[in-house]
Amino acid sequence: MTHKSEINSSRRQFLNGSAIAAGLAIAPGVMLHQVAQAKPADQAVTSDKRWGMLIDTNKCSKGCDACVRGCQTENGWGENETKSGPNQVAQWIRKVELRDTSTGFTKSLPLMCQHCEHPPCVDVCPTGASFKRADGIVLVDKHICIGCRYCMMACPYKARSFIHEDLQDQLPVAPRGKGTVESCTLCVHRVDKDGENAIPACAEACNAEGHEAFVFGDLKNPNSRISQELAKHGGTQIRADLGLNVGIRYRGI
Amino acid sequence: MAVMYNYVRSLILLAGMALLGLPLVAQSETPLPVIPEASSRFSAEQACVEPTEEMRKNHMNYILHQRDETMHKGIRTRQHSLEECINCHVPVEDKDGQPMRITNKDHFCSSCHTYAAVKVDCFQCHADRPVKTTAFHPLTSQASEKTAFHHSDAGETVSADTLEVLAEEGKLQ
Ligand code: SF4
Ligand code: SF4
Repeated sequence: MTHKSEINSSRRQFLNGSAIAAGLAIAPGVMLHQVAQAKPADQAVTSDKRWGMLIDTNKCSKGCDACVRGCQTENGWGENETKSGPNQVAQWIRKVELRDTSTGFTKSLPLMCQHCEHPPCVDVCPTGASFKRADGIVLVDKHICIGCRYCMMACPYKARSFIHEDLQDQLPVAPRGKGTVESCTLCVHRVDKDGENAIPACAEACNAEGHEAFVFGDLKNPNSRISQELAKHGGTQIRADLGLNVGIRYRGI
Repeated sequence: MAVMYNYVRSLILLAGMALLGLPLVAQSETPLPVIPEASSRFSAEQACVEPTEEMRKNHMNYILHQRDETMHKGIRTRQHSLEECINCHVPVEDKDGQPMRITNKDHFCSSCHTYAAVKVDCFQCHADRPVKTTAFHPLTSQASEKTAFHHSDAGETVSADTLEVLAEEGKLQ
């Protein structure tokens, strides 16, 4: 009996061990039970994915700015800029009200960097600081940015801000400083960590209010929720006429 | 850019001293920096993430490499991450019980950089001391109570012709 239970216990250990090995050793790339999850930290992002967001303006409530506050808290902007004027202080995401001039119908929606496939900000940047990652997220490399603000002029969505003053106590996830330009990063630190399961801070804050207007996901994966919703109900690009093929899509406008 | 410039400048200074025949030992009149102790060890065998001598000489290269990997490729390994340098090396408190800022000459980075007369500009953008981040819990944070900021320029067209930006929420109210 003793002998038998020993066999069993060691067999159990072996099975446990191999289960762990299945989870870990098949990485990099292929995680058995983490198919839709994040890439390992040591791997570069690829163009197999294109991150985007779908915002249902029918669910977005007038007067609610939870997404804006969620972004501020996550990325630390707006709070520590005490010397900048109201038109200078950073604004990664803002609530905008639209009105149909023919009917007077109004609509409220959040507007941030649209993560263009063909970003004008990148076209005009003289230093290469403004760039698009392989997975479609448009960022500013502030180590290279010279603060010329060409990108701010070029962006049709007025999505970028310039930092006018010395800052302190920036958050590790969002280094930012005087003389450089910044904009929505699509919460790139969360995306790198959680991949398809990531929820940008704006979306998280919106969900917490019970509005659930945001869907984040991979536009290239036909099975992702964002792709399926777009396939079923469609989505609008703001200023689609510019042909920038933006990653942020809207519904209800 | 400025990092490289400072680095090159310090090399030139050293080369200059050598050319003038000033032996480096002549510097011994300047007191050596007192470097605050790190809060943990990398491993039983190794104090820092690379051998200490290597880190003293070449930490800037590791950080610079990691910077580009993270920024452009989303590679977020922790071993050479500036955030982890700060977390491990800067929890030391000043006389007010606060973790030191880079402006304090006893801050881990400034202690040596002051001695070597090499300006460090990482902290114009990066946090110079460990930050307890509220990331991932934004809604439980006090900070979420503060008012959002709004630009005040109305009347810009962002959409098709019939859609006009009236104003941002804050302005209408
Ligand atoms: S929305 Fe503006 S900042 Fe964002 S990618 Fe497009 S042009 Fe660049
Ligand atoms: S402000 Fe910076 S990111 Fe924008 S165009 Fe100039 S160098 Fe490029």
